Amino acid sequence: MATMSPTRVERQISLPFNQAFKIALRNITIRLGRAMITGAGTMLGIAFLMSVFASKLVLQAKGVQLEPAQIQKSNWLVAMSLLVCFVGITNSMLMSVTERYKEIGTFKCLGALDKFIINLFLIESALLGFFGSLVGAIIGLLFVWLTNLSVTGTLDWVSALLNLLACVAVGTFLSVAAAIPPAMRAAKMQAVDAMRTEV
Amino acid sequence: MTSATSTDSNSALPAMGLDATPDEAYNASENIVRVRGVKRTYYIGENPVHALRGIDLDIKRGEFMAIMGPSGSGKSTLFNMVGGLDKPTSGTVFIDEVDIAQLDPGELAWLRCRKIGYIFQTFNLIPVMTALENVTLPMIFAGASLEEQMEKGRRLLELVGLGHRLHNKPGQLSGGQQQRVAIARALANDPAIILADEPTGNLDQKVGEEIIMMLKRLNKESGVTVITATHDDKMYKRSDRVAIVIDGEIQAVIPPDLLGDNTVDGFLQQMKDDKEAAEAAAITATNETIVASS
Ligand SMILES: Nc1ncnc2c1ncn2[C@@H]1O[C@H](COP(=O)(O)OP(=O)(O)OP(=O)(O)O)[C@@H](O)[C@H]1O
Ligand SMILES: [Mg+2]
Repeated sequence: MATMSPTRVERQISLPFNQAFKIALRNITIRLGRAMITGAGTMLGIAFLMSVFASKLVLQAKGVQLEPAQIQKSNWLVAMSLLVCFVGITNSMLMSVTERYKEIGTFKCLGALDKFIINLFLIESALLGFFGSLVGAIIGLLFVWLTNLSVTGTLDWVSALLNLLACVAVGTFLSVAAAIPPAMRAAKMQAVDAMRTEV
Repeated sequence: MTSATSTDSNSALPAMGLDATPDEAYNASENIVRVRGVKRTYYIGENPVHALRGIDLDIKRGEFMAIMGPSGSGKSTLFNMVGGLDKPTSGTVFIDEVDIAQLDPGELAWLRCRKIGYIFQTFNLIPVMTALENVTLPMIFAGASLEEQMEKGRRLLELVGLGHRLHNKPGQLSGGQQQRVAIARALANDPAIILADEPTGNLDQKVGEEIIMMLKRLNKESGVTVITATHDDKMYKRSDRVAIVIDGEIQAVIPPDLLGDNTVDGFLQQMKDDKEAAEAAAITATNETIVASS
């Protein structure tokens, strides 16, 4: 195969990560309204997750022993919130890909590799996921804390902070995972098909 | 009835291959694009749509080639084949003697990036990027340094008369200006070929002509091969040759003055009339021979 293609055609280089990052960041800042909506899904899910964690800490601070049934219930809530998060992000990413078929087609015409398109969307959703879940986790923690100001002194703040970081990590990871299918779909599309699609 | 009409300069070479004569080999190197027996069939459900029914076409290096034909005749489909955006159902497209169906995705991307500049009827600029960013995008894909990008991006936008609009987004530019940005973008990596699919289709007469003149000037000055599809009768006068595509087949490849002040429709009518006349003559002739032999 390689011997058949004459030397005049070379292989396209893959772009350095920072170029994809720059373009993805621009895509977010320029469509800020759109990005906020996508990010809001993550934010709410993670805010809920964080508040579940924080409530546990508050109960601990108050010296309440959790019964197994209660623990099970809170685990259930955590799973639900993660699911909601995941579905929300997948949905927003799908929409954001569909909106941009023509743009993706144009990128491909100009010489973008599939990998670049995938990177673009994954970076975009990682950024949205990170900031969305950071804000969400802070809101969740603040909410629980402000409604239980009496425990301020006894609350395990180190654990709270660790929980917060875990929430951000989970939110970012979920965002990226949810963006993989639409990003793959975008990248695999033929340039002509992508450009023909009128949305 | 339509089969044997491929004419003059687009000599129907036998599919270039093993037994190419030296003459043909020479011809080949002169032709930057060779299209051989290209068919493209779309399927809508079970029903085949024959968008291209076997196209043979040679385009010379540095040529300004117009492809004309009514709507739905297959011009855009042909462009997609030549531009490596879609693969033929059968047949081969050679760009600089490379069979582009043999390229892997990385090589195809390289070809799209460096060898070919695309211009579309709908401009296809990236709406969130400024004129300058749109123009530098293909340079990013080509791995140019930031200084190179900025310097060349500016120069190209000045070349198309938009030196004062570097930082405007497409939405802030008129259609003609957007198309000029698209031209600058097409030139970003000094392509050998510019493929312009109805570049004036969404523009009014005057602006359309400006765009045509600009393409013509680029073709003259930098020797870039321009292939443009159009059903605009203004365009063909500027071209070196006109290929007329009807219903997925090339009916004729002619120099534009042969069209004279005819529109393509007029030319086709004339061609049809001539053919009918010829057929009528042939029938009379056979009748005469029959009469003579009996
Ligand atoms: N993706 C597709 N699926 C099915 N049929 C298609 C597709 N693309 C094009 N066609 C058909 O192929 C034929 C040629 O289409 P094409 O777009 O190449 O015409 P065109 O000459 O560019 O027309 P226009 O001047 O209107 O742009 C048409 O009959 C069209 O309906
Ligand atoms: Mg078309």
